[in-house]
Amino acid sequence: MAVVKVKRPKLGFGEKIYLGALAKGFLITLKHALKSLAGKSIGADSLKSSGMGVTMQFPETRWDDQLPEYYRGAPTLVTDEQGRERCVSCQLCEFICPPKAIKIKPGEIPTDDPWAKVEKRPQEFDIDMTRCIYCGMCEEVCPEQAIYLRKDYLITGLSRAAMVHDKKKLYEIGGVRTGLVNKWNELK
Amino acid sequence: MTDIIIQLLIIVTKIVFFTFMVLLPLVPVSVYFERRFCAVIQDRVGPNRVGIPLTLLGFKKDIPILGLFQPVADGIKLLLKEDFTPSYVRTTYYWLAPALTVIPALITVCVIPFGSPISILGHQEQLLIADIGVGPLFVFAVSSLAVYGITLAGWSSNSKYPFIGGVRSTAQMISYEISLGLSIIPVLLYYGELNLGHIVQHQADHGWLLLPFWQDGKIGLPDATTALYMIPAVIAFIIFTVSIFAETNRTPFDLPECETELVGGYHTEYSSMKFALFFMGEYAAMVIGSALIVTLFLGGWSVGFGLDSWINGLHIGDFQIGGILHIGVFVAKLIAFILFFILVRWTVPRFRYDQLMKLGWVVFFEAALINVFLAALILAAPELGSAAIAIGAVLLLAVTAAVIWVAKISEPAPKALRV
Repeated sequence: MAVVKVKRPKLGFGEKIYLGALAKGFLITLKHALKSLAGKSIGADSLKSSGMGVTMQFPETRWDDQLPEYYRGAPTLVTDEQGRERCVSCQLCEFICPPKAIKIKPGEIPTDDPWAKVEKRPQEFDIDMTRCIYCGMCEEVCPEQAIYLRKDYLITGLSRAAMVHDKKKLYEIGGVRTGLVNKWNELK
Repeated sequence: MTDIIIQLLIIVTKIVFFTFMVLLPLVPVSVYFERRFCAVIQDRVGPNRVGIPLTLLGFKKDIPILGLFQPVADGIKLLLKEDFTPSYVRTTYYWLAPALTVIPALITVCVIPFGSPISILGHQEQLLIADIGVGPLFVFAVSSLAVYGITLAGWSSNSKYPFIGGVRSTAQMISYEISLGLSIIPVLLYYGELNLGHIVQHQADHGWLLLPFWQDGKIGLPDATTALYMIPAVIAFIIFTVSIFAETNRTPFDLPECETELVGGYHTEYSSMKFALFFMGEYAAMVIGSALIVTLFLGGWSVGFGLDSWINGLHIGDFQIGGILHIGVFVAKLIAFILFFILVRWTVPRFRYDQLMKLGWVVFFEAALINVFLAALILAAPELGSAAIAIGAVLLLAVTAAVIWVAKISEPAPKALRV
């Protein structure tokens, strides 16, 4: 690369006196302010502006419908279309979980249950949301397609106990997921 | 005896009203405007949530009145914070400094005329606290005491950044005091007196200094002297306004507290209400500064265009309400000027320290000095012969050229880093 010699710019009298540039600057700032006040800032539409500047005013306006498919929100347990809870409490997610947020107490399925063949299901399944880092490893490691990261991101609570999602809560957020591999079904 | 008591009561009422119900509320108002306006400039919304906290009373929702209660919340927060005094400070001065910055700003309010005289039950009353004949001089004398607060804060904190901030502030305020004082001499020459109340009355009758387009209630072009006097008036206005920016430590001259270099400047070691006092003193100084600019150059409380005598005539029964209206006009002008302060803050980048000093000593000091003579020449012109005027003009031009030449050769040309 050749060396480019940049010359110090020669300022004219008008530039040296500075006042014209000041007035110009004020006009630019004012124009920008008026634009922002009218909600016509650049990017106001794509950023879901609330009508002033580009700021989205959170609790009233939300991103929810623009979250991408791969968004990683709260980890949840799911049931399938047959109403079976898919977790077999193999505890792989508990082992893989980097911050050790998951705690599972395995339980047996009684023999008179239609799904007795599956043998195990969680008796208790707690995810401590103050520890969870939303990494998605539990979802990746699950051999039963039972745990999924859903799009819920507003996990709040007034105490540590309230931040622990128990089994009931996890199934409640997770809901029913269809189109999964049903490997425990009878093949006639 | 009863006369004296009534007089005292009137004075106390005025002090309480103007200081604590006009000036002090203007401080949070300007903070609110600062935050909202700068948010708008930066494509944000700003504080718009804090309102009447009905949820505290068990209702479902608060009423957010455009976030107007944000300053109240800020104040409560600052009051309830821990007031921490570091172990290494010089305690007496450390405690004294915040008070020394606020009090001068609050004292200067006493010469600012807020409105035209009102009369209640035939008793005429001026709408300013102290009707003294040294108006602007008093303001300069008292407001320059604020520098002690800042210097003491910087020194007593016993820590490097506050110290540098304090020293910078001292140098800056002393430098700009000179151009501040010199720049208004043309204004005082024009009015021929220092009483701010009379100055504003004169402007109401004969047109504002920067807008002399009416005479005794009739709109019309000014005479030759007044028209020519616009030139020194505009120069004085520019120098005075910029010097006020430097005096109140506002951007682009906020070097005593520039965050990028000095953490927080002279109030780095302060917390809680002591910090709030510095904050308040700064904004009160800004309010007083714009009040002074509005009073001297932009007609103070007068509406202008010959409407003032009509407003003065308004009355309900025996009670003339014109003065109250004029207070409103004055505060509106004040807020407009504070908005200008904020616009400047978010437009002009901060000056380098040597540039600041050069601007004060080399540019404004000389410009203000020459401006005084220019103003004197224009004022004296009607009484002088044409020969005397010509000699004066030539002398003035020669002096100006000489000053510019000296300023030019005294500054070494910038050396190129690499030839």
